[in-house]
Amino acid sequence: MTLHLEIPEETFAAILAKAFRNTAFVTGFVITLLILAMALASYVWTPYDVTKLVISDKTQGPTLAHWFGTDHFGRDILSMIMVGARNSIAVALVAVGIGMGVGVPLGAFAAARGGLVDEALMRINDLVFAFPALLSAIMITAIFGPGAINAIIAIGIFNIPVFARVARAGALAIWPREFILAARAAGKGKTQITIEHVLPNIATLLLVQGTIQFALGILAEAGLSYLGLGAQPPMPSWGRMLFDAQTRMTVAPWMAIFPGMAIVITVLGLNLLGDGIADILDPKSRRQR
Amino acid sequence: MTTYLLKRLAIAFATLVLASIVVFAVLEILPGDPARLMLGMNASTDQVELLRNQMGLNAPLVLRYLHWAGGLLSLDFGRSYTYSVPVIDLVRERLAVSLPLALIALALSTVIAIPVGLFSASRRGRAGDTISMGAAQLGVAVPNFWFALMLIYVFAVWLRLVPAGGFPGWGAGAWPALKSLLLPAVALALPQAAILARVTRSALIEVLNEDYIRTARAKGLPYRAVLWRHALRNAMIPVLTILGLQFAFLLAGTIIIENVFYLPGLGRLVFQAITQRDLIVVESVVMLLVAAVIAVNLLVDLSYAAVDPRLRGRR
Repeated sequence: MTLHLEIPEETFAAILAKAFRNTAFVTGFVITLLILAMALASYVWTPYDVTKLVISDKTQGPTLAHWFGTDHFGRDILSMIMVGARNSIAVALVAVGIGMGVGVPLGAFAAARGGLVDEALMRINDLVFAFPALLSAIMITAIFGPGAINAIIAIGIFNIPVFARVARAGALAIWPREFILAARAAGKGKTQITIEHVLPNIATLLLVQGTIQFALGILAEAGLSYLGLGAQPPMPSWGRMLFDAQTRMTVAPWMAIFPGMAIVITVLGLNLLGDGIADILDPKSRRQR
Repeated sequence: MTTYLLKRLAIAFATLVLASIVVFAVLEILPGDPARLMLGMNASTDQVELLRNQMGLNAPLVLRYLHWAGGLLSLDFGRSYTYSVPVIDLVRERLAVSLPLALIALALSTVIAIPVGLFSASRRGRAGDTISMGAAQLGVAVPNFWFALMLIYVFAVWLRLVPAGGFPGWGAGAWPALKSLLLPAVALALPQAAILARVTRSALIEVLNEDYIRTARAKGLPYRAVLWRHALRNAMIPVLTILGLQFAFLLAGTIIIENVFYLPGLGRLVFQAITQRDLIVVESVVMLLVAAVIAVNLLVDLSYAAVDPRLRGRR
């Protein structure tokens, strides 16, 4: 099976060389890798045990022993940020998976079939877009009860129309191409053409959208857990840490500063990564930048 | 143009009807009996049954939907279970906080983003562009509620310039009321402004590559005039689209921001109503927000024609 990539004349090595010259990509890649490493490391090691409350150490400012200070239960903020990263990444990643898993087939199907099927699917898409995503996520988590799993579902549902729209737009641009005509002449069906020719050609597009939705998912999860609708204590989450920090702003501002910075850096890294990938693989977008 | 207008209106209305069915159906499956909730755990089954009948909760599903949807159209939203006042009064009272908040935020975001986008696009690749787009990249990554906490720390706790939260009401005078909306509006606006600045810049750069820009420059028009009169106007369509989308973000954003600042707005109302199982309030506010989003998107669609005369004849 031959894949028809958008950039057939470039070898993998050439793309890689280009990637390493792209500042946005390198910065984003390094940040993302560091955050992932931090989340994974938390499974085997954290500076302190996040489940152990040491009341005598409560609300201490940043010191050598506690780099980011301690919270109102004397827990180490750095350790909580490390463990919280797991939660943020898991929720956002699975939500992207749900969005891609359902949205991409729907969008590709709509593009392949066209006509009434396409129109109907896109109208449903518009309907979902009419609901402010955060409001609906709050409703969903309120109905099924707060928790990480329901946060995933709530965020995932709103990723579906995004990926459906991107996949459809991408696929519609591919269908009139000559190699599709050749595949049809060879007797391939629409489903086979979609899987063998259309999807590989829109993979880049989906990858870029995936990093964007990943970043948005991290922000959405933080918002939900700030409202008490995400992961439940004692599982640390970045949003929940900010909620706990709010009433203690005057005595312990570090409780708010560091978890917030963790969110900003993670989202920034993912956005840079997405921008970088788009830059490297899509010559048109480079012209615009 | 008229057929286009009618078609857009019909689609908007159909979306609204579908949305109302979805909202109604979703809240039907919510656990918890509102009558039981109002009377408390000690009430007898008979009492609960009586109240259920009074509230019309025992009527068939379709009738209840029609009754509710008909009420929405005539702005009769029913009575709140927990506040025991007409929902419309609650909404009106809360809207007096949320609407100014969202509008101030939208205005702030536009006023910041368009000049930054213009500045960046006209200095593409130079230091000014790199710095402002770096700042925008950072702004996109900042969660608005964290930014709100930082603003509270600096301006309310540290400098004591504005209150840290709460709302004195418009009755206390326009200035104190506006002052308490200032930080929330800035918190809402900044991340949106960052997105808008990026969109404005890339739309402008696209336009600045066009032939008619070169023509305008070649005939001796100053760069500033070309930028404002020719380029910006042609770059308006993507900018307007994002502005429309941002309105929805701002409305939803008020839910979190109003909770951060303890503002008695629509967002806080709906959040509390969800946790208190005050279904009728949830239904009404959600429908109101959805209607607002649909209306704004319709307006954006129609404004394309106002901005771009080429689109007027078409469709």
